[in-house]
Amino acid sequence: MLLIECPYCGERSELEFVYGGQAHIARPKNPADFSAQEWTDYLYQRDNIKGVHAERWRHTHGCGRFFNALRDTTTDHFITTYKVGESPPAALNTAKVGP
Amino acid sequence: MADLSAARQPPRITACGLVRPLPSIGRYILRGGPLVIAAAGNALGLAISQTVCRSWVNVNRAALCLGPDEHLLLGPDALEIAGVLEPALRDLSHSLVDVSHRQTALEISGPHAAAVLNAGCPLDLDPAAFPFGMCTRTVLAKAEIVLWRTGDDIFHIEVWRSFAAYVSRFLDEAAREVAF
Repeated sequence: MLLIECPYCGERSELEFVYGGQAHIARPKNPADFSAQEWTDYLYQRDNIKGVHAERWRHTHGCGRFFNALRDTTTDHFITTYKVGESPPAALNTAKVGP
Repeated sequence: MADLSAARQPPRITACGLVRPLPSIGRYILRGGPLVIAAAGNALGLAISQTVCRSWVNVNRAALCLGPDEHLLLGPDALEIAGVLEPALRDLSHSLVDVSHRQTALEISGPHAAAVLNAGCPLDLDPAAFPFGMCTRTVLAKAEIVLWRTGDDIFHIEVWRSFAAYVSRFLDEAAREVAF
């Protein structure tokens, strides 16, 4: 069974988590200034990375918190996890990170 | 309004001696930041903090930290808990929800208790990894539970009322395989 390290609770079984999409996508401060295409890109366009991907996970059946993870999409290996608001660890910053 | 107290009682378990239903108690979910936690701790007489998966007990009151800003408060009387907390938290931004009737409690005890739970719960329940006093929300087979170690061989299980029959029968079946 895959173990995922929650930054609050420690290592737990994957059964307790749900995937929350790509991480580090900031909501635009002034959506009204956006063109339809830019808004569409913000809403729907996501990276489809083969390799290390920064993504959000939620410890649904635990503390209930969202956190970020760097996961290798080819091996399903979790490189690290970190709290929301923190930057990805610099040494591992090979992931394509959004704005 | 119809009297639902009988329906709120957990199912009786007779087939194995490991699992027993606990009497009904008052329960609250308290959510809030450090100021709220400190004020609530003072009011309840519990030295609670935001340390996840820890519990605090004072006579018949208990607080279980389920998340950095979420505490499950247990006590014999829900109205008493609310009466103590409301004045203390009046000026602080918080959420205090009575969940007394949402969930019910079971207790599983005996030298095989951890093995029986592990039939459906992937947590490491070795005393080194899950010591006395540790608590957490987790999964048991297809149900979500709050698991709290209240003794070396004793676990307190909080489960949503509609899942109580499923959970107790699941544990009963696991007990027949593991313990007998």
